[in-house]
Amino acid sequence: MNYEQKLQNVTVLGAAGKMGSGILLLTAVEMADLQLKPENRTKTFALNAIDVSPAALTGLYGYLKTQVRKVAEKKMNALREVYKDRSDLIENGEIIEQYIDDVLKIVHTSTSLESSYNSGLIFEAIVEDSALKVKLIKQILANNNNDPWFFTNTSSVPISELDMDADINGKIIGFHFYNPPAVQKLVELIVTDNTKQEVIDFAMEYAKRLRKIIVPSNDKAGFIGNGHFMRDIIFGIKQAQSLMDKMSFVEAIYAVNRISQDFMVRPMGIFQLMDYVGLDVCQKIMLVMRPRLNDDELHSELIDQLNSLDVKGGQNSDGSQKPGSLDYAKGRPVSVYDPKKKDYIAIESFQQKVDDMLGALPTSFKPWKAIIGNKSRDKFFVDYFNELKSMDTLGSTLTKDYVLNSKNIGLKLVSDGVTDKEEHVNTVMLTGFFHAYGPINNYFG
Amino acid sequence: MNRKIYMAAGYNTVSLGTGRKEFHPKKPRPGIEHYIKEAGQGTLKMLGGAKNVDEGVVGNFMAGRFVKQAHLGVFIPMIDEGLRHKPSLRVEGACASGGLALITGIKSVLAGTADTVLSLGVEVQNSVKAIYGADILAGAGWFQKRKEGHAYFFPGQFSERAGAYWEKYGKDKARKAHATWFRNAIENARLCPTAQEYHNKMPDLIDVGMMEPNPRSFTPCLNVFDCSKVSDGASAIGILSEEGLKRSGIAKSEAVEVIGFALKTDNITEDPEDLTKLKTVQLAAEAALEMAGIKAQDVATFEVHDCFTIAGVLTTEALGFAKPGEGADFVIEGNTSRHGKYPMNTTGGLIGWGHPTGATGVHQAVTIWEQLTGKAGEAQIEIPRDRPYGMTINMGGDDKTVVAIVYKKAE
Repeated sequence: MNYEQKLQNVTVLGAAGKMGSGILLLTAVEMADLQLKPENRTKTFALNAIDVSPAALTGLYGYLKTQVRKVAEKKMNALREVYKDRSDLIENGEIIEQYIDDVLKIVHTSTSLESSYNSGLIFEAIVEDSALKVKLIKQILANNNNDPWFFTNTSSVPISELDMDADINGKIIGFHFYNPPAVQKLVELIVTDNTKQEVIDFAMEYAKRLRKIIVPSNDKAGFIGNGHFMRDIIFGIKQAQSLMDKMSFVEAIYAVNRISQDFMVRPMGIFQLMDYVGLDVCQKIMLVMRPRLNDDELHSELIDQLNSLDVKGGQNSDGSQKPGSLDYAKGRPVSVYDPKKKDYIAIESFQQKVDDMLGALPTSFKPWKAIIGNKSRDKFFVDYFNELKSMDTLGSTLTKDYVLNSKNIGLKLVSDGVTDKEEHVNTVMLTGFFHAYGPINNYFG
Repeated sequence: MNRKIYMAAGYNTVSLGTGRKEFHPKKPRPGIEHYIKEAGQGTLKMLGGAKNVDEGVVGNFMAGRFVKQAHLGVFIPMIDEGLRHKPSLRVEGACASGGLALITGIKSVLAGTADTVLSLGVEVQNSVKAIYGADILAGAGWFQKRKEGHAYFFPGQFSERAGAYWEKYGKDKARKAHATWFRNAIENARLCPTAQEYHNKMPDLIDVGMMEPNPRSFTPCLNVFDCSKVSDGASAIGILSEEGLKRSGIAKSEAVEVIGFALKTDNITEDPEDLTKLKTVQLAAEAALEMAGIKAQDVATFEVHDCFTIAGVLTTEALGFAKPGEGADFVIEGNTSRHGKYPMNTTGGLIGWGHPTGATGVHQAVTIWEQLTGKAGEAQIEIPRDRPYGMTINMGGDDKTVVAIVYKKAE
């Protein structure tokens, strides 16, 4: 079966979720572009968007419409060529409306799994619950006569486990997008010993068409991305706890969030990133990873506690950040959650005090935003971290510990066989997490 | 001319759009009424109030589509209660609409139907994203050609001109000239607080300007830095007879005299005969200079219509400063920079100051008035005593409507 045929009837499970909606968008655009080729105009392309929430599926329409418009606006030259024979479509605006229509009419929303029974390709992007994933896959396999292939977006569950438990016979591959899928270039590709070659070939072609950067990961729970991220979280929480003889809980959370953003020149502090991903999602990922990797470190009482208090982070449907370990105004953290008081404490009430304790940033400091686009930024980081090394402040010590720990996590991923190459760890953090430098570096020797 | 014509009391609003610190595409911005009012009141104040104005002219290209507003002539009375029930009208000639507002004012003063005309140009374009703005601006071309045109219609047209120029005279030289034109534009804009690129801090402008064009995302032969900006703004100036000057109490030293003007047009339904020439620009410039009785070489400073860098280069040839194919060298050698012999676009031109399409022609006149009367602030250049002249060339569409005006220091 060729690439195009495989994409004629596709299903996204969990289509209204954060990852699912992005996968749906990219796939809908790819399918529409295939359909708009002159030779395919009489063929039918169908993309089933399945989700448990009817309300979320309704919201999906607005999301897709807005996003497809952005896609169309960016490829106007190509679209004018696609619609060159349509004498009724003259202006860019008319062509864009037609394209939105052509993409959206491929998408069929549904709350019923039955809609997937005619699909040859299933993207699975439901919650990180391996039992539920297995259950749904089994049900589809029992009712679908189209030799369905499964592309799972799981960021933690080993693919061979799903393959075996759902009896998929190698027609499954880990195709892990990063959030948001429409923006992030990275896809972690997890191939098992059992994965069929034709599935791998299709995955490579699909990734290429979507202009994604593929990084292979071995089939170990959490893969490269969460293998690093979850341990980075654990370290951040521990570092905050170690500060509590000097400062209060909320001050320590603020301090470590600032270390892991400003001092480390990252796009977000570690607590903000946890909130962005969702504290419930982090908890679920650790629950998957801990027993499978036999690593008791992959657990956080703080995350459990916050979840039990219904403090979960994540995003609203408009993309704005929900309150989590921090609360936000205009996208910036403004307060820290105190589990004892069950309330958020304004950062400005203690910011100056904690900043004074951390000490100044190196004079060569530049924020992440100012440095990320700089191609020769390695030189900047050599100088920056050299200066930081020479400083004798709490901030510089915490930063050094954090950077070195991040490096050790990366090296452990290689020694544990999660990946074969250090370079892959760095690529994942650079392209999936938008870090400005890879964790495996020599800035601190 | 049967009577002397002067211009004075020029006023520019900020040219708002990307590049200005206060511009944010998602935040509310002033509407077209604000720009008309600000520029109109700025000029009225210098003219001594509405009582001294006999007539108002609004130059505007596409408010009907950009902000869904037509009938702009009657925004003149909104500027000041004292302008109610006076004659006012709107004129349109694509990006030469501002120039037409000047010509209309000049003709009315010449006809003796007015002693003072308030000529104002305005455009608000950031109401839509550039990709949709391109559709609107394409109205300056023949709509029958829109389907076969580029997504960015006018950049596409001038990319073809640039491509033809490259092919005939060499790409490397041409691109270097484009980058030089861009650098001059930005350096000049940095000296003018109302310019859209006033805040520009790019370190190596030549390097930026030399960026290889990308036909997949934009056009084959022009990059985005070769293009003028998407701008909101207005400019206004008074066009006066000697009586008008007296009535407003404006000394001649505060005014410029219009000593030559020309409006030339060409058939919009036909393609240019030679893509490497701006024929209508040449004819208009020649006619205006002939009327003024001087040569281009006598002019101290020019405001030319650099909607694209290639248009700037081609205009140097149309003015006769360089032979065909040598305009690029003329620019690279620095002749058009503020330190060169013939400074062009001393406040940034369309690329640096901005291009609120309907306002541009008036903005050019305001800049020449400022330069010849010593009001250009940091952007001021020296006007040689033996060359007390300035010139504006305002083009609509692809060399289809061209207004050229020659100015002289009045005293």
